[in-house]
Amino acid sequence: MAGRTQRLKDHWQEHRLFLTRVIGAAVVVVLLTGALVWRLVHLQVVEYERFSGLLQRNQIRVEPLPPTRGLILDRAGRILAENIPSWQLVAVPEALEDFEATLQSLELMGLVDPVNHAELVDLVGSQRSRVDRVTLTNLTEEQAATFAVRRYAFPGIDIREGLIRNYPYGEAAAHVVGYVGRISEGDLERIDGADYKGTSQIGKTGLERAYEDVLHGTVGYREMVVNAHGRRQSLETVPPGALEEQLPVPGQHVVTALDIRLQLAAQEALAGYRGAAVVVNVRNGDVLALVSTPAFDPNALAMGMSQSDYTAVRTDPDEPFINRAIGNPYSPGSTIKPFVGLAGLFYDTAYVHEDHYCNGQYRLPNSSRVYREPRRVLPHGETTLYSAIVRSCNVYFYGLGVDLDIDGMEPFMKAFGFGARTGIDIGGESAGLMPGREWKRSAFSAREDQSWYQGETVSAAIGQGYVEFTILQLAHATAAIAANGQRFRPRLLTATEDAESSELIDSPPVLLAPVSGVDEADWQEIHAAMVGVTTDERGTGRAAMDGALYSVAGKTGTAQVVGLAQDAAQPNLEDVEERQRDNGLFIGYAPAENPEVAIAVIVENNGGGGSTAAPVARKVLDAWFGTEEQVFELAAN
Amino acid sequence: MSSLRIEPARSPWPRQLPVAMPSLAVDIPLLVTLLLVSGLGLVVLYSAAGGSESAVIRQSIRLGAGLAAFFVFAQIPPRYLRLWTPWVYVAVLGLLLGVMLSGEIAGGSQRWLDLGIIRFQPSELMKLATPLMVAWFFHERTLPPAFGHLFVALLIIAVPAFLIAEQPDLGTALLIVAAGGIAVLLAGMSIRLIVAGAIAAVPMAWVAWKFLLHDYQRTRVITFLFPGDAPTDATWNIWQSQIAIGSGGTFGKGWLNGTQAHLDFLPESSTDFIFAVMGEEFGLMGLVALITLYLVLVGRGLWIAVQAQDTFTRLLAGTLSLTFFVYVFVNAGMVSGILPVVGVPLPFVSAGGTSAVTLMAGFGMLAAISRHRKLIGP
Repeated sequence: MAGRTQRLKDHWQEHRLFLTRVIGAAVVVVLLTGALVWRLVHLQVVEYERFSGLLQRNQIRVEPLPPTRGLILDRAGRILAENIPSWQLVAVPEALEDFEATLQSLELMGLVDPVNHAELVDLVGSQRSRVDRVTLTNLTEEQAATFAVRRYAFPGIDIREGLIRNYPYGEAAAHVVGYVGRISEGDLERIDGADYKGTSQIGKTGLERAYEDVLHGTVGYREMVVNAHGRRQSLETVPPGALEEQLPVPGQHVVTALDIRLQLAAQEALAGYRGAAVVVNVRNGDVLALVSTPAFDPNALAMGMSQSDYTAVRTDPDEPFINRAIGNPYSPGSTIKPFVGLAGLFYDTAYVHEDHYCNGQYRLPNSSRVYREPRRVLPHGETTLYSAIVRSCNVYFYGLGVDLDIDGMEPFMKAFGFGARTGIDIGGESAGLMPGREWKRSAFSAREDQSWYQGETVSAAIGQGYVEFTILQLAHATAAIAANGQRFRPRLLTATEDAESSELIDSPPVLLAPVSGVDEADWQEIHAAMVGVTTDERGTGRAAMDGALYSVAGKTGTAQVVGLAQDAAQPNLEDVEERQRDNGLFIGYAPAENPEVAIAVIVENNGGGGSTAAPVARKVLDAWFGTEEQVFELAAN
Repeated sequence: MSSLRIEPARSPWPRQLPVAMPSLAVDIPLLVTLLLVSGLGLVVLYSAAGGSESAVIRQSIRLGAGLAAFFVFAQIPPRYLRLWTPWVYVAVLGLLLGVMLSGEIAGGSQRWLDLGIIRFQPSELMKLATPLMVAWFFHERTLPPAFGHLFVALLIIAVPAFLIAEQPDLGTALLIVAAGGIAVLLAGMSIRLIVAGAIAAVPMAWVAWKFLLHDYQRTRVITFLFPGDAPTDATWNIWQSQIAIGSGGTFGKGWLNGTQAHLDFLPESSTDFIFAVMGEEFGLMGLVALITLYLVLVGRGLWIAVQAQDTFTRLLAGTLSLTFFVYVFVNAGMVSGILPVVGVPLPFVSAGGTSAVTLMAGFGMLAAISRHRKLIGP
């Protein structure tokens, strides 16, 4: 064989060579095995604790248990904001097939707003996010039913039950109660994100925002075993008792001073107007009603409005989102007169003790400038402080203003809270403006604009010019008149109620610095004049208050709207004209002899306060005190 | 020794065909250790597959087929094996080419050869055919090998390795290079050449990195060399397997109590990463026991090699034993994080078909060499 010739090679030598090589290989095998075992010792003995901890972190997921949001109640315990079961459309990323296509079908079915398309794709597509469910949108009952029928066609999409905020009175209390919405980037800056794990909504405006920390509650958590896909699992090696659980603490209920019947009455009385009404309790500052019209639907916002619907509300020329009661100061017009008159009595000027003659126009001393009564107002003739308030004589107050000067009026007005935020416990309050020399110096840059002119004092004396008050400020100051200078901070929250124990923690009324130094007789004189407004046969508020079962002390106001005429951007002529009409105002308190409530009303661009705002106030006060019809009804039963 | 059957000393060229003398008389230490490893593997697999009996049954069938291969190859006298070797090598090379061509027609990567009833990877067969061929080649030559012979051996190794790397199956290609390289080293390639080869390997590695590796393979190597802190998709698997092993501690959590596999944190838990499952459930003790069993197999194989009487059987036995160790080390090293991720199964423990059969066939050859070690004298 061919092999035989090969046997000439040195077999012993070859065997020895092979043996050395095998021994060398065996050494390498032992060394490599040693390295492997050393590695295993390192992992399993040296770093055992660390890897055990990592294993825990791996498979124990802490699931947040969001707290139930507290209710918002009115003074009688009627629910203004609650939580109701709702349906949410959720995606289960693990089970999804083609999310893009699925989402498009859902959009075609009208279940998901296409505006959120990209955002949702990002959210669901993020790898290893390890969330087992992504909430796509809230569904109405009808939408949930629509989806349920076709669920088979959407693998990975499911309906989950959740809670959603509901406002039973809808628009009526929209501005004061506010609404909740999806937590935004901005919200995240003012909250601790950890407290909101598992919560998707947060108070955006009104009480919902102001008392967010009370309403929200404390988040709980539950440890659970999850697999690599975030799905919940049970493991024999981890008994349920070994997993920690901390139940959430539900948010507290906010008990407010509001009376929803009064609120509804005010909303109804203002229906069709742009306007606002505020009713406060004279004796403790409770805000019984705070209405701004037109309003918006807070339920639609909590549900998640489509972008187009939201834009429609946002760009509505009537600006429904503006809270006209606190966030939009107005020229008070003649409603300022009782305060100016009281200033005259306070400073004890000779002017208020003398009779003056109104010939329909007023000439500034040392000037040719003439100020007239409004058109269609006849000269008032002989005028006293009483008749000047009752009949709302401008000429009398022009003279009184000049007599007091702005330096006299400004501090006295500010003592009533004008020109500063009242401190009501919801956001969005405007400070309004009670002008003065100091203000004018700082507010204008041009030198000639910085000095105060007497003509501006004249305007301020009848609540025009720079003077701007909020309706809340007017109600608050009227309450101060009614209580002879005693002032309470306007408040909405009167108590918090523990959701579990129903324990009430009352929040006491807060006294503010009173209007001091005014003689009892001076208060009486102003009270009498304001009663005259509604009772005197020449009183500007008499028609509106005629036949009331209670006595009202009040004052009407008609404020000119300036500045809009120059606004060339106004597209509609008719619209421009409408918006140039006077604003009507009314302030008052009742019952006049033993005041309980004070009210302030504005009706925008609809003419004089006596004919527009005062009737609104009458309806609201009727709702509080009752009407003749109701009395008959009671008697009949 | 351990061979139960003593062949009478007769003519070195028996007339009868190998199939005419079937016998269960095989190398007992090899057989016992193989059965122990396989049994342990089935126990671990049951847990790794989430308590799936069907996975255990399927693996038992594969191991049974492997044992059959073991017994069949144990019956083949090594000299017949040697005579067939060139034909086997050429045939497997042909299969590889066939797979490549059909893959190109199908327009994608192709590793499997479908024979209707069974599908297998020709590259798996190459793991046996290459060391066989190298051993055959050196059997006829004087050792230590001349330079020209080394070049031929290099071709024998490089051609199938290249074809398999093109499939692309870098793991198997590297294992074939390792098997061939071990054979060449055992044949007595001079140390100077080894050093020179190591130096030459540097530019070759660069060429491979630049032109031969696929992106995902490069990612694996980068992942291994620079793991970084944040677990990305690429480091996720290896990180989870280290958590599994580390949290097993010294004695493990007990059978079926490992959570990493059951909660799907471990990828490929019943195949490539089954070592981690074992580490979690049986701890350091379990892994050391398994490694010890593997070392017994390697040691027994080397012992058989040392005792073998001709160049072919010596080289074949030595190469098969050491290659087996490479499989074990590459898998365990990858799973425990000291080697990059290469898709190499853990012998006899990972669920999987072809590798169990070819490995068992290799051990069958070892058993045959053990049995015939005294029969062919110099």
